[in-house]
Amino acid sequence: MADPVSVEEVAAAMFDLVKSTYGKKNLKAMDLTKAMIEQFGEDRCDKQLCKQAIRQLIDSGKCTYSYVGGSYITLPPEAGS
Amino acid sequence: MSEKKRETPLLDELEKGPWPSFVRELKKSADTPVIQDLLGQLERSYEEHLGHWKHGGIVGVMGYGGGVIGRYSDLPEEFPHIAHFHTMRVNQPAGWFYTSDALRKICDIWEAHGSGITNMHGSTGDIILLGTTTDQLEPVFSKLTEIGFDLGGSGSDMRTPSACCGPARCEWACYDTLAAVYDFTQSYQDELHRPAFPYKYKLKFAGCPNDCVASVARADMSFIGTWKDDIQMDAEQVRQYAASGTVDIQKDVCERCPTRCMSWDGTNLTIDNSECVKCMHCINVMPKALRPGKERGCTVLIGAKAPIVGGALLSSVFVPFIEMEPPYSDLKELLEAIWDLWSEHGKNRERVGEFIQRVGLGNFLEQIGLEPVPEMIAHPRTNPYIFFGEELHEKQA
Ligand code: SF4
Ligand code: SF4
Repeated sequence: MADPVSVEEVAAAMFDLVKSTYGKKNLKAMDLTKAMIEQFGEDRCDKQLCKQAIRQLIDSGKCTYSYVGGSYITLPPEAGS
Repeated sequence: MSEKKRETPLLDELEKGPWPSFVRELKKSADTPVIQDLLGQLERSYEEHLGHWKHGGIVGVMGYGGGVIGRYSDLPEEFPHIAHFHTMRVNQPAGWFYTSDALRKICDIWEAHGSGITNMHGSTGDIILLGTTTDQLEPVFSKLTEIGFDLGGSGSDMRTPSACCGPARCEWACYDTLAAVYDFTQSYQDELHRPAFPYKYKLKFAGCPNDCVASVARADMSFIGTWKDDIQMDAEQVRQYAASGTVDIQKDVCERCPTRCMSWDGTNLTIDNSECVKCMHCINVMPKALRPGKERGCTVLIGAKAPIVGGALLSSVFVPFIEMEPPYSDLKELLEAIWDLWSEHGKNRERVGEFIQRVGLGNFLEQIGLEPVPEMIAHPRTNPYIFFGEELHEKQA
């Protein structure tokens, strides 16, 4: 198996994706997970790792949850404006 | 407060009559500007037949994606005190048992940081605290955790699981609903607080088929207590019911049995237990004479929902019988397999019951690794999607 990617690396890549799509596309936790598995490869990144990365993003305050008919992950109001 | 009282002639109609009235209750604290605005906006909605609430957005407490529903008036200039009127959902204790002290503490927190209005309980089961502003969310959360409470679910997450009072107060409980709801709530804290599903997922635990938590109409997954041996019968008590004249056993019991599997000859009641569908009717009518059997467990059902997006669905049998003993490993394995599949392939705002309808029960079962059984479908012979092996026909013949 290839070297697994770290939680921090996945969180950073997720953050970049949330930032680059801010205001254009709402991303759910599973959208981020699928994108990361595609980016890093199934042999290096899995759902569990993505779950930990999302938790890190949320707990650090870099991202937050929003509700627009469903729950999404986005930038906090002050960072997104 | 010296705010001018709003005229509410339409709402006043709801104070008439002997029954409890939410308008009357609200008016008891109507000297606050918040309640005045709340009544005013509601009166306006009644006049216009139009709701004036918006919900959603980015409101919550740090680390959680559920438990707070952002709610705003769309007439903020007219009703400024309810411009922000967020709802907080608090995870209720198993079976909704409280001490009066705990209730007082919750109410004190809510009077200090919110409108003081509660809804005990929401249809999912949570304690609902109605109406606060964004800056008060963290203080409420921190005070609730100090007294041992936590927020419940909202949004696309596992909603707060709920259970009937079960063996704590009810003689019909076929398993310990309180232990089960506590275990599942603790096991899935991440799924409760961090929304990662296509839409909501509700778990409800009912101790017997009376289903006092209405799981069959509401829950994405229901655990309904049942038994697989014979109904326990006290023949002498049956005769006493007959002698007392309170129950007409032929009319009220046998003729109302949905499968007509009971017969009464005036002295003896006979039940063909192989045809009993465990509806509880006879047991409810003659509680001193009949009881659920001794081999108890639960039936797992899947796919109910109320009509929010799309129409209502009632749940379908998924696992006809399983023992309900901690640590519930088989059930958790099944639940996680369902979540995994639905999370990956479900559309946004698609409940699991709708997902099953879209992909087909056969495909769904294949993907989660569960064998189809006849109990899963209402009319096995007319369902073209599942084919049962020859041996099953032979066995039945
Ligand atoms: S569902 Fe059954 S066990 Fe639970 S409270 Fe109702 S009657 Fe009792
Ligand atoms: S539980 Fe329902 S189906 Fe079973 S014997 Fe009683 S009435 Fe009939």
